[in-house]
Amino acid sequence: MSKIIDGLYYSESHEYVKVEGDFGFIGITDYAQHELGNVVYVDMPEVDDEVTAGEDFGAVESVKAASDLMSPVSGTVVEVNEALEDEPGLINKDAFENWIIKVQLSDKSELDNLMDAAAYKAMIGE
Amino acid sequence: MNNTFYGKLIFELSQSGRQGYSLPENRCDEYKMSDLPKELMRENAPLLPEVDELSVVRHYTNMSNNNFGVDTGFYPLGSCTMKYNPKINEEIAAHREFTGLHPLQNPETTQGALAVYYFLQTSLAEISGLKEFTLNPFAGAHGELTGLMIMRGYHMERGDMKRTKVIIPDSAHGTNPASSAVCGMEVVVVKSRPDGTVDVDDLRPLLDDTIAGMMMTNPNTLGIFEHNIAEIAKAVHDCGGLMYYDGANLNPMLGKVRPGDIGFDIMHINLHKTFSTPHGGGGPGSGPVGVREGLEHLLPNPRVVKVEEEDYDYFKLECSDKSIGSISGHLGNFGVMMRALAYILTLGRDQLKWVGPLATLNANYIKESLKDVYELPIGGVCKHEFVYDGLKDKSTGVTTLDVAKRLLDYGFHAPTIYFPLLFHEALMVEPTENESKQTLDEFIRIMRVIAQEAKDDPEMVKTAPHNTPVRRLDDTQAALHPIVTWRELVADNQ
Repeated sequence: MSKIIDGLYYSESHEYVKVEGDFGFIGITDYAQHELGNVVYVDMPEVDDEVTAGEDFGAVESVKAASDLMSPVSGTVVEVNEALEDEPGLINKDAFENWIIKVQLSDKSELDNLMDAAAYKAMIGE
Repeated sequence: MNNTFYGKLIFELSQSGRQGYSLPENRCDEYKMSDLPKELMRENAPLLPEVDELSVVRHYTNMSNNNFGVDTGFYPLGSCTMKYNPKINEEIAAHREFTGLHPLQNPETTQGALAVYYFLQTSLAEISGLKEFTLNPFAGAHGELTGLMIMRGYHMERGDMKRTKVIIPDSAHGTNPASSAVCGMEVVVVKSRPDGTVDVDDLRPLLDDTIAGMMMTNPNTLGIFEHNIAEIAKAVHDCGGLMYYDGANLNPMLGKVRPGDIGFDIMHINLHKTFSTPHGGGGPGSGPVGVREGLEHLLPNPRVVKVEEEDYDYFKLECSDKSIGSISGHLGNFGVMMRALAYILTLGRDQLKWVGPLATLNANYIKESLKDVYELPIGGVCKHEFVYDGLKDKSTGVTTLDVAKRLLDYGFHAPTIYFPLLFHEALMVEPTENESKQTLDEFIRIMRVIAQEAKDDPEMVKTAPHNTPVRRLDDTQAALHPIVTWRELVADNQ
């Protein structure tokens, strides 16, 4: 049974957004990290890069597969989680604690297109 | 199975002063080493291993015993068509009249080799239902790139510069999007239906005047025949695109279906799969590319052309400025072509037609025999391969990876695992047409034993393999901190 946290926003491609003020912390869900298996590399954008809702902003590579990271929201990258460069396996330890990028949200109404915890739980069938 | 792992380096066998050769005494007094210019003399002896002949022979024989191959055991690696390489192929390819040729020799002196090239090219064209092949590409993905360059060339020649997109099913081999990207095309993904075939309703809205073409394998990567192929090909052609056939799964089609007859315009063939040439550690392979009538002029330079004179025929190399250009040095991997032609001629037209049906029969035999213990997500008849979604009983926690590792303990090569990505626990089996019923039955028996072990002693299966010279490797650490040289290994051990 995967961990799902209330109050976050979820995308169909298994990313989450944790909103704090005008900023969103984006990562992959616990379900996603479990499906991927041990993560060995995270390809991240750079600070000041623009991300667009529905478009990829990087990739996560595990022993099983490489998957694009799709941004659930649009905005400007203000911080990347540099700890993942040395230790990508942190995502497997706690996917919600170890977000991938922090974004200044350019359009908060985009959050309405995302799922809440209950809807995401239903989608993954748990 | 040989359980002792031989891991020595030839340098470890080296003894100072030992040698495996003897040179005759230098009787030419006028030539002395000391006469050589000083700047050409090295100051220290090169660091070469000093070993006797017997030690060298044992070293390489022992190394070869570490290998697992089709010659040593069953190799059901899905998507790879690991078929037996008949030894007559080697005998034919080893003829000195061919191995002694130099690629830059004048074509007048290499008519035999050019005849081999031409005859194989026309044989593949007939087998595929296409007009002409080039044998120049060095491998399958190289063939894909060549084929896509032809697709691009076709549109550019007509001045149709908008067509930059290639449609690829989500179940495709990873090489398809990779080759498209290398060719400068944009990839558009079309979804599969639950039965794994292309969703025609999802395809139609994607078709417009920006589509260069579509890449497909048929049967697809799940081993399912794309029965809507005629409809798909028509829709793509109607929008002005070309159909590309990825020949990776050609084996079950042999003798039954020709890609050229079901709407494909361009294709490649992996000779190292369908036509029994060896899969050697990354090469040499061969990925001939065929095109339908009207696209021949785009084939890469040079082409081998037959010239018919009144009393004799001869072959010549021809280059054209309408071609996409040269994609390889000379004419590709000639030794591989020799083997493929030997295979085609050994079987002959009638026997070649049995390859597809027998490969299909073997795959279906295994699939049906194990579906009560392994999850079969797509029922019905498969072609040359099929995919289980792990063990049926998931409660034991034993995964597809564990099953694959446990198979090694029983002396089988593992199937392909975690591909295609449509299922979480994909385990993909391709037995090929070569295997006897006894071999298939033994594989089925062992797969059942493993399914039972997963219930009785899951921990044992999860820690497999137990009988191999190298135990389960830490693939996460291997990906994070690869140790690929001897020096890195020594440093790591310290």
